[in-house]
Amino acid sequence: MGTTETGIVSGRLSPAEYDRNFSDLHPSLDEHEALVASDRCYFCYDAPCMTACPTSIDIPLFIRQISTGNPIGSANTIFDQNILGGMCARVCPTETLCEQACVRNTAEHRPVEIGRLQRYATDIAMRDNVQFYERAEPTGKSIAVIGAGPAGLACAHRLAVKGHDVVIYDAREKAGGLNEYGIATYKTVDSFAQKEVDYVLSIGGIEIRNRQMLGRDFSLNDMLSKHDAVFLGLGLAGVNALRAEGETAAGVEDAVDFIAALRQSETKSDIPVGRRVVVLGGGMTAVDAAVQAKLLGAEEVTICYRRGKDNMNASEFEQDLAASKGVTIRHWLQPKRILTRDGKVAGIELDYTALEDGRLVTTGETGVITADHVLKAIGQTFEADDLGAIALQCGRIVVDAEGHTSLERVWAGGDCVLGGEDLTVSAVAMGRDAAESINRALAAATQPVVAVA
Amino acid sequence: MADLRNNFVGIKSPNPFWLASAPPTDKAYNVERAFKAGWGGVVWKTLGEEGPPVVNVNGPRYGAIWGADRRLLGLNNIELITDRDLYTNLREMKQVKMNWPDRALIASIMVPCDENAWKAILPLVEETGADGIELNFGCPHGMSERGMGAAVGQVPEYIEMVVRWCKQYTRMPVITKLTPNITDIRKPARAAKSGGTDAVSLINTINSITSVNLDTFSPEPSIDGKGSHGGYCGPAVKPIALNMVAEIARDPETYGLPISGIGGITTWRDAAEFLVLGAGNVQVCTAAMTYGFKIVQEMITGLSSWMDAKGHRSLDDICGRAVPNVSDWQYLNLNYVAKARIDQDACIKCGRCHIACEDTSHQAITQYVDGIRHFEVMEDECVGCNLCVNVCPVQDCITMVGLEPGTLDERTGKVVDANYANWTTHPNNPMARQAAE
Ligand SMILES: Cc1cc2nc3c(=O)[nH]c(=O)nc-3n(C[C@H](O)[C@H](O)[C@H](O)COP(=O)(O)OP(=O)(O)OC[C@H]3O[C@@H](n4cnc5c(N)ncnc54)[C@H](O)[C@@H]3O)c2cc1C
Ligand SMILES: Cc1cc2nc3c(=O)[nH]c(=O)nc-3n(C[C@H](O)[C@H](O)[C@H](O)COP(=O)(O)O)c2cc1C
Ligand code: SF4
Ligand code: SF4
Ligand code: SF4
Repeated sequence: MGTTETGIVSGRLSPAEYDRNFSDLHPSLDEHEALVASDRCYFCYDAPCMTACPTSIDIPLFIRQISTGNPIGSANTIFDQNILGGMCARVCPTETLCEQACVRNTAEHRPVEIGRLQRYATDIAMRDNVQFYERAEPTGKSIAVIGAGPAGLACAHRLAVKGHDVVIYDAREKAGGLNEYGIATYKTVDSFAQKEVDYVLSIGGIEIRNRQMLGRDFSLNDMLSKHDAVFLGLGLAGVNALRAEGETAAGVEDAVDFIAALRQSETKSDIPVGRRVVVLGGGMTAVDAAVQAKLLGAEEVTICYRRGKDNMNASEFEQDLAASKGVTIRHWLQPKRILTRDGKVAGIELDYTALEDGRLVTTGETGVITADHVLKAIGQTFEADDLGAIALQCGRIVVDAEGHTSLERVWAGGDCVLGGEDLTVSAVAMGRDAAESINRALAAATQPVVAVA
Repeated sequence: MADLRNNFVGIKSPNPFWLASAPPTDKAYNVERAFKAGWGGVVWKTLGEEGPPVVNVNGPRYGAIWGADRRLLGLNNIELITDRDLYTNLREMKQVKMNWPDRALIASIMVPCDENAWKAILPLVEETGADGIELNFGCPHGMSERGMGAAVGQVPEYIEMVVRWCKQYTRMPVITKLTPNITDIRKPARAAKSGGTDAVSLINTINSITSVNLDTFSPEPSIDGKGSHGGYCGPAVKPIALNMVAEIARDPETYGLPISGIGGITTWRDAAEFLVLGAGNVQVCTAAMTYGFKIVQEMITGLSSWMDAKGHRSLDDICGRAVPNVSDWQYLNLNYVAKARIDQDACIKCGRCHIACEDTSHQAITQYVDGIRHFEVMEDECVGCNLCVNVCPVQDCITMVGLEPGTLDERTGKVVDANYANWTTHPNNPMARQAAE
């Protein structure tokens, strides 16, 4: 095994090491653990945790249902608000959402383990394939959902419940969006993303068409002529460019592509990684790329972020996770130039930065880090063609409170809209709410006109 | 989805969860909120005679005991019946019933043990459109000192007499609420039945002193340095209430008499236990007072999930199902032999099972095996008492396993007999010996 071989190589570890490294980060609670954890919940009134959840899951109720031995009823409570409650239980940064708001923090600095309890209940219901929803009478309406990520799936499910027919178009090979191609492996093991897609689709009335790309295979107008309404859950298909010398050298890679390949690999042993990896960025993607590079057997992994620790988008928990896996996080460093040898990355030169009157400036000092693999995680951008005259702002789609865009019969939600939080759970909330809005609009349109005497 | 609709002595409600007569049902404001939250019915806070209402203490009314982590396990109160004017209550009841025709609204009543007092109040209550009345023979403090509440409930003859008046002066169904502060609960239940009651409800609260302040030597709750016994309710009283419900359900004299089960019901599971032991529906007070009205959602969804999982379609499928399995001790099968088994993979080696058995029971669990800390049941000593199961901190770590007929019980040296045999025919039973002679 070429454990410390320089250059970007695969198979740095033994199969057993890969298995161990990419196993479940927080294994499921067993029944006893779940009972003990649920017993700590106070069943708060107007619970702060519930307010902090973007999908407003009735947390006190679902936890109480666990504590009274009713995990199936508990899952029902969760899915009522969030049909992707299983994925959210695994990927939500709970330390900045529900668990941050838990009143137990005030008294003893240790919240109720809401995320893990949510996983406990949803895992049981999904394992037993318990179905909670039936479709309403068919409405004869058809809605196109473009993008099969969390926003699109949540929207499609709620529309199907209301009796509408849904066709989901997605550019990629598999449905799930970043649940399938983006989330860190150790957060969603055992093909959970596909199992969840199947679970969501089992309601019926939703057809998925893969490898169908807006702008290449069809336009928004095509959709509007075929369907009664359109929901756009396109996510962020583009990435920011580094705009630094050497960016095109072999060994410079977008972190999202690196992660997508990793997620699609069965054994991980076929995923090449450098010996010394530098990850540029300060968000969740940077941390996930760095941690997984380390888990693939890279000897040194350094995250370089151009601002301070407090500005990092990655949560405290994520940063600690990275540190615990041996990733070094360095702040106030901005890429200046990729250094190459024979067309391949050999290192990176960085400017030291500082804040001056609130503006980020370079101090004039520079440094070099040896690297054979550079992963760019400096932000994703919204990218789509053929959207007609849809209103954009700051490069994202503008929607009203219900998710309606500037175009008639077109709604949008998830990462592609302005003002989102770029979280799975927020995408679910927006998809669900847009479905409700579409349903209201379609119902109003079919309402017979009553003559006013 | 299981059908939770309830028909209790002709009173219909969308589910079997009623709020018991107590502060949660004190006035329209509370009851409206309760119905919004999903409660199937309420028994309005007990009404008294016309005239100046009773007064409550102006200091603390409650005492409590808690588990670790401040979980409320038992609550004690010294509150009296409603301290609001009779007509205000009646007006509100009428309005609420009009607003919520599909919910059950029962009037709880307590007036002096005098025919005219009952005769006077019944038509007033009837006029509100209430679905029925509950006779409060249970209040163990304050009211009993005035010859009402438990003072009536402890004398079966009075119960019978008052029930008879009520059946005579109103067409409304009569539910007689019993006090547990009595030695044999079957006596007042039989009396209520003789008087013609449509149903009984139980339990009301149990005489109690929850704690004493060791600085002031005053019982809690302390009113200016003095305390009085109160009525105990909440999770701690459930086992007592379950037994009393079962006693009435299986008593040949009261068999089939509808029962509204009350006492410590906090979760769907508690409610289900009351129902299978013979209750036709349940009433809740302390759980609502601890967690708010929303708690009923857990009860409704929990009961219906369980019924769905077990294939029970309606309440009729479950009510009373456990009653035939409640037996007198003398009829229990003495040929049934069980032994404790420790799951060594689950055992955390705390030693509690060993010391419980060693110090206080039958010396049947090892501490060391071959010099290594190891807890294992010695089948030749284990009497199958179940104490270790109850003290083990790990769920399902120790289980009781019944021995198959034909296998050897190493403790007695006897082969387990497949036939049922009980104490009535046991050779050690003097009565059985006499009968055989
Ligand atoms: C590496 C990484 C890790 C993350 N980790 C977390 C995490 O741990 N927790 C968390 O809460 N969030 C995390 N996020 C954010 C989260 O994944 C997103 O916020 C969420 O997936 C957004 O959902 P969406 O449905 O809007 O978009 P996406 O999940 O991006 O789905 C969009 C879908 O639209 C399809 N699509 C795009 N363009 C077109 C087109 N032109 N035609 C047809 N289909 C198209 C795509 O193929 C895709 O399936 C992470 C993001 C990344 C990149
Ligand atoms: C504060 C308080 C006041 C009560 N007042 C009445 C009452 O007015 N009439 C009555 O019949 N029962 C009264 N009860 C008894 C309850 O209705 C109920 O029988 C008892 O609390 C047991 O149920 P629980 O364990 O669910 O609380 C009262 C209980 C409490 C805690
Ligand atoms: S804030 Fe914490 S204790 Fe309160 S309901 Fe939420 S999880 Fe339970
Ligand atoms: S519960 Fe309300 S009425 Fe009672 S003591 Fe507290 S604040 Fe006062
Ligand atoms: S009480 Fe339970 S956990 Fe403790 S030693 Fe005994 S069997 Fe093991």
